[in-house]
Amino acid sequence: MLKLDHVSKIYKTGTFGGKELHAVNDVSFEIPDGEVVSLIGESGSGKSTIGKMILRLIGITRGTIELDGVNVGALKGSELKEYYRKVQGVFQDPFSSYNPIFKADRIFQVIHDEFYPHVDAHAWADRVEDALKDGGLNPEHVLHKYPHQLSGGQLQRFLIARALLLDIKFLVADEIISMLDASTRIDVLNLLADLKKRGLSILFITHDLSLANYISEQAVILYRGCTAERGITEKIFNQPLHPYTQMLIASVPRLDRKWDSEISVETKAAPLGAVNGCVYAARCPLAFERCKQRPPEVQVEPGHYVACWKVTEK
Amino acid sequence: MKALKQKNEFLYFALRNRKLQIGLGVILFFVLLAAFGPLLTDYGPFDYVNPTGPVPPSSKYWLGTTFFGQDVFTQVVMGLRATFMIAVLGGGIATLTGMLLGFLAGYRGGMLDEIINALTNIVLVIPTMAVLLIIAAYLQVRSLWMESILIGLTSWPWAARAIRAQTFSLRTRDFVDMARMSGESSFKIIFSEIAPNMMSYLVMTFILQFGGAVLNAATLDFIGLGPTNAISLGLIMQYAMMWGALQFGMWWWFVPPGLAVTLIVGALYSMNVGLDEVFNPKLREM
Amino acid sequence: MLQVENLTVYYQTLKGQVRALENASFTLANGEIMGLAGETGCGKTTLGHSLIRLAPPMVHIGGRVLLNGQELPLADMQKMDAYRFTDISIIPQYAMNALNPIRKIGQMTEELLRARKADVKAVTAELKDRLEMVKLPQEVLNMYPIELSGGMKQRMVMVLSTLLNPELLIADEITSALDVASQRAVAEMLVEFRNQHCCNSVIFITHDISILYQIADSILIMYAGQLAEKASTETIIRSPRHPYTRLLISALPEIGVRYSDKRLTGIPGKTPLLLNPPQGCRFRERCPLAFEKCAEVPPFIEIEPGHFAACWKETGSHA
Repeated sequence: MLKLDHVSKIYKTGTFGGKELHAVNDVSFEIPDGEVVSLIGESGSGKSTIGKMILRLIGITRGTIELDGVNVGALKGSELKEYYRKVQGVFQDPFSSYNPIFKADRIFQVIHDEFYPHVDAHAWADRVEDALKDGGLNPEHVLHKYPHQLSGGQLQRFLIARALLLDIKFLVADEIISMLDASTRIDVLNLLADLKKRGLSILFITHDLSLANYISEQAVILYRGCTAERGITEKIFNQPLHPYTQMLIASVPRLDRKWDSEISVETKAAPLGAVNGCVYAARCPLAFERCKQRPPEVQVEPGHYVACWKVTEK
Repeated sequence: MKALKQKNEFLYFALRNRKLQIGLGVILFFVLLAAFGPLLTDYGPFDYVNPTGPVPPSSKYWLGTTFFGQDVFTQVVMGLRATFMIAVLGGGIATLTGMLLGFLAGYRGGMLDEIINALTNIVLVIPTMAVLLIIAAYLQVRSLWMESILIGLTSWPWAARAIRAQTFSLRTRDFVDMARMSGESSFKIIFSEIAPNMMSYLVMTFILQFGGAVLNAATLDFIGLGPTNAISLGLIMQYAMMWGALQFGMWWWFVPPGLAVTLIVGALYSMNVGLDEVFNPKLREM
Repeated sequence: MLQVENLTVYYQTLKGQVRALENASFTLANGEIMGLAGETGCGKTTLGHSLIRLAPPMVHIGGRVLLNGQELPLADMQKMDAYRFTDISIIPQYAMNALNPIRKIGQMTEELLRARKADVKAVTAELKDRLEMVKLPQEVLNMYPIELSGGMKQRMVMVLSTLLNPELLIADEITSALDVASQRAVAEMLVEFRNQHCCNSVIFITHDISILYQIADSILIMYAGQLAEKASTETIIRSPRHPYTRLLISALPEIGVRYSDKRLTGIPGKTPLLLNPPQGCRFRERCPLAFEKCAEVPPFIEIEPGHFAACWKETGSHA
């Protein structure tokens, strides 16, 4: 399983690097084997940054990320390459994930050359076909084509097939369906759920609460780099405790009921720059004196943690 | 199939782009002149063929003769060869050096980027003329090779900067992240993922360096730092100036080489603008 | 108020004409907020933009549009200028990024009004009221765009687009780039504008049907350049008749629905390319109910009062 322990990503900003920007601020959670954990947040929440840190595409400033006990941040060279056999990622924009001048299936060739050079071409072609079928694609329709000749949904499945070729244990899915059409989104989502049944663990990064609710066992709600609330998805959605979570759920447009005019939606622009204390305080209708200090994560019931003074004071 | 269509699309626009057509046409003309010109003349560039000294263009001497009675046409045609050689070599060295340093700085970033940036700034700031004057003072014999190398080693900063900036922006693209997660080494990523995506940019960089080298060479030759054992367009102009072509109205001596340099460089820039339109769909006039 | 009759608009490209909008016919009542929804390439943006700025590469192939009984000179860019901003206004996608970064907002507003030959003094007074309505502080006029958040910029653009009280307001994906709280604020503001008569009717283009459920009076669903279904919001969401609408609605995950409880399905296949679209109903290939008649284009007709659909299966008895 993958474990994040007090992970932070701090950027130096300002003219001489005097100021600090905490894109991710002391976040901890776990993704057990065979489970999907949703990382929910809006833009600026740090969710993509966490995904990239797990994928070792950007460095980890503080804290540790461990895969089955091995410190991911310390891997180098061939160890890092081995890591990529177990952990892979798929990103939001299907078209920019491919080098536009090459055919789409070149990505399989690269995997062969880097990870399975001893496998002969024929056997490899069979493996590729199997992986494509597992990804819900018909090999005849999608091989030997350029990215522009395929649809967004097909391209995303292609990338999932690539990850399957490596026989990975963990997948970081960063907003992978947000750029797809509604009619194909659900199919890719169902694919992820099917793969989960085969033992794959998935970090499902999204801003869309209904998707998170559909597919994940656990959810982590992020706001500006800090965890607001986390735990078992059902518990969070049935009884959201953090004011931010409540606001999110109240503001999400639903098909089964209209917006509750009782609940006001605060739209003040949150101040940029470093914040001492609770990051949500500036927008929070319940903010009070205590919020000048950063609230710790407290377990309010088994499988449900909240970081809010108002909630934990009770 | 799509890349073929894409290449064909580029070809379609390339063949129809006015600026590219004109530029290419002019360059082709001069290249052919440089290649076959010497075959059209029986003289050598330094032969004293006209005992009466300078004469204007005539049917015998197509571009007239110099103060010393040398055939200007022969000189121009041979000079073209030298000019092109310097441009290819000098421009080539500049582009390759710029590519190497630009890719490294742009892709790796960090300390390497800082060091290469510092180096680039130093080379940019050094007054090229002063350096060349000093070198010229120590070298008794200057060859075309020397001139090419000197030009190449002093004009790469521009290319390095431009390539670094492009690499920087390409490096953040998702497909580069995918390549990293596929275990590709930095070297492989730069040359098989990033560089091919910048082909148009690299071609245009070379064209500009080519033109720049022609101008640089002409300038150096004109002020007397040119090769000591060859003839080039700039040298022709230098001799013309030294021997009073302006005062005595021997226009046929300095106008052809000057015109040639102007036309070549102008054509190269025209090609560059045209290529920009070809590669960047937004600039095309539909 | 708005009558669109057989509007057909294609895109001129190197390879030929892309048949982006085919025979669109519908009406909009006074004060109606109509959601225009569909997936990528359905033609909703083409429809929205052709009502206000039918510029190349768009080509007006046929059909006409009547605004309060008057035919609009759609294809004539100059003549349409008289209607733009005053009778028809648009909030384009990414409008918030189109605010001139080096101009203070108040300055830009003034320039805009002058260009439209509007009475600057009279409108400025109105402007202050509008700002209050959208909960923007008056100081906003003295700020540069970069000082505002995404939601604030979007609201500012909404104020600007409706300053001269247009009859028809076209909102093109105005909520897509915003976070959830801002989305709700902007959507509710649109309804407020309509309620306060800052604009008459609204066409709200989006791919997000759930937002339409919250604020739209009616929804028009498009597929591959053809109109599929138009009805009141309740009808479209609760009892759609067109097969595409039905499949689309059932493919939307909801808070409360989990994969383990109820596995949703999407629509297999892809939208057809519109360079050479299939004959007849363009949804035919993906439709589970398709039969021979579908090779002919089904007419977009009223199957119930206020409920239009283009499907042979549904309109069979009426055709």
